[in-house]
Amino acid sequence: MLEPRTEPRAQLEATARRIRRDIVTSTTRAGSGHPSTSLSMVEILTVLYFGGVLRYDPSEPHHPERDRFILSKGHGAPGLYAVLAEAGYFPTEDLSTLRQLGSALEGHPNMCRLPGVEASTGSLGQGLSMGIGHALAARLDGHSYRVYVMVGDGESEQGQVWEALMYAGNRGLGNLTLILDRNGYQQTAAVAEVQPLDPLQDKIEAFGWSARTIDGHSLDEVEAAFSWAQSVQEAPQAIIANTVKGKGVSLLEATPGKWHGKPIPPDEVEKALEEIGA
Amino acid sequence: MTLGLSHIELEDGQPTRLAFGEALADAGVNEAIVVLDGDVHNSTYTGLFKERYPERFFNVGIAESNLVGIAAGLAASGKVPVVSSFSIFLLANAFDQIRMSIAFPNQNVKLVGTHAGISIGEDGPSQMGIEDVALACALPGFTVIVPADGASTRAATAAMLEREGPTFLRCGRPAVPVIYEDVTDFHVGKANQLREGSDITIIANGVMVAMALDAAAALASEGVEARVLDMHTVKPIDTEAIERAANETGGIVVAEEHIAYGGLGATVALAAAERAPTRMAFVDIGDTYATSGKPQELLRQYGLTPEAIADQARHVLKA
Ligand SMILES: Cc1ncc(C[n+]2csc(CCOP(=O)(O)OP(=O)(O)O)c2C)c(N)n1
Ligand SMILES: [Mg+2]
Repeated sequence: MLEPRTEPRAQLEATARRIRRDIVTSTTRAGSGHPSTSLSMVEILTVLYFGGVLRYDPSEPHHPERDRFILSKGHGAPGLYAVLAEAGYFPTEDLSTLRQLGSALEGHPNMCRLPGVEASTGSLGQGLSMGIGHALAARLDGHSYRVYVMVGDGESEQGQVWEALMYAGNRGLGNLTLILDRNGYQQTAAVAEVQPLDPLQDKIEAFGWSARTIDGHSLDEVEAAFSWAQSVQEAPQAIIANTVKGKGVSLLEATPGKWHGKPIPPDEVEKALEEIGA
Repeated sequence: MTLGLSHIELEDGQPTRLAFGEALADAGVNEAIVVLDGDVHNSTYTGLFKERYPERFFNVGIAESNLVGIAAGLAASGKVPVVSSFSIFLLANAFDQIRMSIAFPNQNVKLVGTHAGISIGEDGPSQMGIEDVALACALPGFTVIVPADGASTRAATAAMLEREGPTFLRCGRPAVPVIYEDVTDFHVGKANQLREGSDITIIANGVMVAMALDAAAALASEGVEARVLDMHTVKPIDTEAIERAANETGGIVVAEEHIAYGGLGATVALAAAERAPTRMAFVDIGDTYATSGKPQELLRQYGLTPEAIADQARHVLKA
């Protein structure tokens, strides 16, 4: 049986700090990448992988009963990689090879090269559909695994996201959980300027989902949201996580619209790591 | 052998996407031009147009199918829409919309794909347009242009906007070497001969043009005179230039930053096979996705180098 890794609270907080540190250092070292995108999902991924939710075994990355996590917003790869390293899929030292020739840690996740990556993503809008496929396969095979998919708020402008929402809702896929990382910004502007999403929760519920809106940086609220999701059987669940793009680094938090896809300049890293506390 | 490293360093000129963005902003005095974006105008440089003409600029969001459909409607109502995004997101994500809303009804929409090829570098394979030329060429009625440098991109942008009809213009991310000081002589569908030679012909476009020139210089030092053609327009292809190359030189090497299928190599081969079969060889990415790395490292890794072009030329001449 696969068991989730369940760390006590103090340890979870430390883990989250290490993940933030690794996001910052790996992207600055690479000289490119998306730290702000990655930082907004740290608490969610920390609880998912280390707070007693996801069932997985890094020594058996293709275990048929494993829970699946799909990072649909693939440019958040540095965050996913930091988590997978922390989980034991590969050595933490490998994070320093991010985006380098020969490294399996490509700019966007590549499931053919890196264990623990469940889907090759980077063209926005596609992860939720793949998640539905896994959820349907679980039903067909009589497996009890659950599927979690993380989608960006800008990404949710893609039509395919709403096609997937409609389908999963209509099929009542209770083994599927969507996490919408609502950090308020996309590449060129605030999401509210490009495509205001509200009333977002109402819309998703209208498509047949159970939905909740939470503070995506509160470990308490994230933990509660995942236990709620696991308790819902008859419908897919959406966790709308209000987050801050660049969370934990004041430089990025101050002007999130200006930092999409930009690493922290080397001379700002020390201060950033101090703020993170790792 | 080390050849013209400066060319592989991809540094001395302007990125073609920037040249496009500047030329588009300049063309904006024409009030029929409207520009559509899929949340990447700071990457494609259509932001330069947005600054000058915000009322004719539409950021549709991350929704390429919708983006392309809206452009088709604008065209049908008399506008000249220029749609720009990463090349592969535009063509692959919205292919049926391009087919049904633009190509089939022959709408005057200009698609400009930036971040083409593996020379985008670290962002990796999901962002690389390596099948984009094949997709665009597969659309009946489309004009397909792959300029080599800043000046020719400016000329191509102007030509594209002057002409009627659906067009795909392919631009890259990194700065590329200067090939043309100034292009007064850019004609859609007509190759530019950059070097005379009668032993062999190298046909290239995009970033491969600079490498073709380097390869030709290396071959010259061995006594082999290579003709170099900048085949910026893949469709309609310059069949006459190909026929002359086949008849007047000992064979053709085609070089492109694209998979082996459906792009410049395939198009040149088709024309040559029909008109004047000759010995040919191809320098391209083959049949694979790439990986992350620095642009120049990737070009080497996937065999897109002056050395590879020169080797293929020797191979053709030996055969
Ligand atoms: C289909 C597609 N179009 C465009 C892009 C370019 N792009 C990469 S990230 C991004 C913005 C994403 O915003 P959001 O989903 O809110 O993610 P965040 O970085 O805020 O977490 C865009 C437009 C892409 N990767 N895929
Ligand atoms: Mg966002």
